[in-house]
Amino acid sequence: MRAFTTITGMAAPLLADNVDTDTIIPSREMKSTGRTGLADGLFAPWRYTEGRVPDPEFALNQPEYAAAPILVAGLNFGCGSSREHAVWALAEYGIRCVIAESFAPIFAANCIRNGLLPVVLPRDAIAALAGQMATIDLAAQSVTTGSRTWRFGIESEPKQMLLEGLDAIDLTLKHLPEIDVWTTSDRAARPWVYLEKSA
Amino acid sequence: MSIPRTLVGKIWDAHCVAATPSGATLLAIDRVFLHERTGTAALKSMAAAGRSVRDPARVFAVMDHIVDTRIGRGDQTMMPGGQGFISETREAALAAGITLFDVNDPDQGITHVISPELGIVLPGLTLVAPDSHTCTQGALGALAWGIGTSEAEHAMATGVLRMARPKVMRVTYAGALAPGVTAKDMALALIAAHGAGGGAGHAVEFAGSAVTALDIEARMTLCNMATEFAAMTAIIAPDAATYAWLAGRRYAPASFTAPYWASLHSDNDAVFDTEIALDAAAIAPMVSWGTSPEQSIAVGGMVPQGPARAHDYIGLAAGTRLEGTPIDVAFIGSCTNSRLSDLRRAAELLRGKHIAPRIKTALVVPGSSAVKRAAEAEGLDAVFRDAGFEWRESGCSLCFYAGGEGFAPGRRTISSTNRNFEGRQGPGIRTHIASPETVAASALAGAIADPRKLAR
Repeated sequence: MRAFTTITGMAAPLLADNVDTDTIIPSREMKSTGRTGLADGLFAPWRYTEGRVPDPEFALNQPEYAAAPILVAGLNFGCGSSREHAVWALAEYGIRCVIAESFAPIFAANCIRNGLLPVVLPRDAIAALAGQMATIDLAAQSVTTGSRTWRFGIESEPKQMLLEGLDAIDLTLKHLPEIDVWTTSDRAARPWVYLEKSA
Repeated sequence: MSIPRTLVGKIWDAHCVAATPSGATLLAIDRVFLHERTGTAALKSMAAAGRSVRDPARVFAVMDHIVDTRIGRGDQTMMPGGQGFISETREAALAAGITLFDVNDPDQGITHVISPELGIVLPGLTLVAPDSHTCTQGALGALAWGIGTSEAEHAMATGVLRMARPKVMRVTYAGALAPGVTAKDMALALIAAHGAGGGAGHAVEFAGSAVTALDIEARMTLCNMATEFAAMTAIIAPDAATYAWLAGRRYAPASFTAPYWASLHSDNDAVFDTEIALDAAAIAPMVSWGTSPEQSIAVGGMVPQGPARAHDYIGLAAGTRLEGTPIDVAFIGSCTNSRLSDLRRAAELLRGKHIAPRIKTALVVPGSSAVKRAAEAEGLDAVFRDAGFEWRESGCSLCFYAGGEGFAPGRRTISSTNRNFEGRQGPGIRTHIASPETVAASALAGAIADPRKLAR
């Protein structure tokens, strides 16, 4: 997984609440069982007008935000469907960090597994960051624009995973002996959990 | 004296395998359920990485999202490339050795309908699926929640997930529901009052007399909507009704008499991080007016002032009376409201009547093949057909048009589904979510209608 340490770039404004994953990547844009080929469909309902013509009103279609690695949004960003395609599409497009007032939980967890940083900041900070150049420093847990800096919270586990670009499965497989011991004793305690594979 | 614990806390504690050096919990996962839309990617990337499913007997998959729901279906779907999802799911499931409920398997159906039907989910279990509505299954007293594809891969490869302990919220519905008011209305009333982000950071336990009075299928409807509340999941303590409902199901244990099963409830003095109380008797049939489930009001109410974008999309100004708004499409289905009891209640309102001439499309999509057979055995299919509804095979269908099938742009739908997002049911489609009763009453009227006003 790609590590996240610091990034500097424009913060594209998407200042709506409840931006859902159907809007981030509509079902019809998820054309294969793979994880790629999704950037073109990112925000398709808002990004394109009829005939797939870029809508100049949409932030990511404006020249100053064309290469923005940061999105700023309102409450409950990434709500709705669990589709990880939403994060894959953002990452493939070049977004490395979303700053929002809050996140839907599955979306935030999907971000961590794909090297994308979800940052929660209050509404006034988001308003100040919208459309500005900003620097995000994960080790310092800070977001800076001009002379203003905000600190953000993140739990130690996802912070470490992102900073070091760690693969969660590889890390967990190191615990396999503990998992095996636990499973053996659990099998005795809760036999109904353990099913026999039918033919 | 042990410290009083919540039900979520008890299940969590019983599944803690180890703590990681960075402070997360390795939480044992008892069941993984996949569907062809998001699960196949997990199986494929596991195979590509040379990893195998640790315990295939506890991993299940079903075709529900992309599969066609028209009668006589095969592998073909209206979705461009959809057949690839189906064939790749079949190949990946076979290679991984997991149990697949294929397109025309008699047990096929929507994940969150068939998992309880087959007793795959049980009280006290942890169950994950790469699908946000996995919270539905908390109605059986399991800790069941939606995850992404990468996490599904993690759970299958390791048997655990790396988790931070959630906060626990109790939502108590005191009193009793009025006639014609349902679990769907309870959920929408909660989300309307506390916001689509209101449950963030929490697992929610639903409690109170109006919750325990719900039958098991209605409990699933209530828990289903927890993801629309941004909660990690929802749970309802299992009771005698739960165990009676589960008895004899294929993957369920032979009996639920051991003391363990009676321990699955929050202790009397358990402390919740957050408490919300609602008066069940004050809840009316709810209908969404906008593009988020939080934008829902009592059917007799006026559209309030909301975000301009929502008013523009849905085509209703503030101050408009929702009841009487003409509709074009009626849809009964989805993991929220497609079980036998849902179909029975809708059919009861439709029996001997016909939908309004202005309704262009009216569909009933049973939640599972078993629900479809049971409904047909009771003659419900004939009731729906006689009323002007089309009767389908089971699947997710037009909840989000993943089958590639869409309503015509600009159509206004009344839908027993869970999401009224922009474009959810197709580009430009204006979705109003409501109970199956409200959908049925509105289909008869050709306009959003209050089911309590129909003669029973």
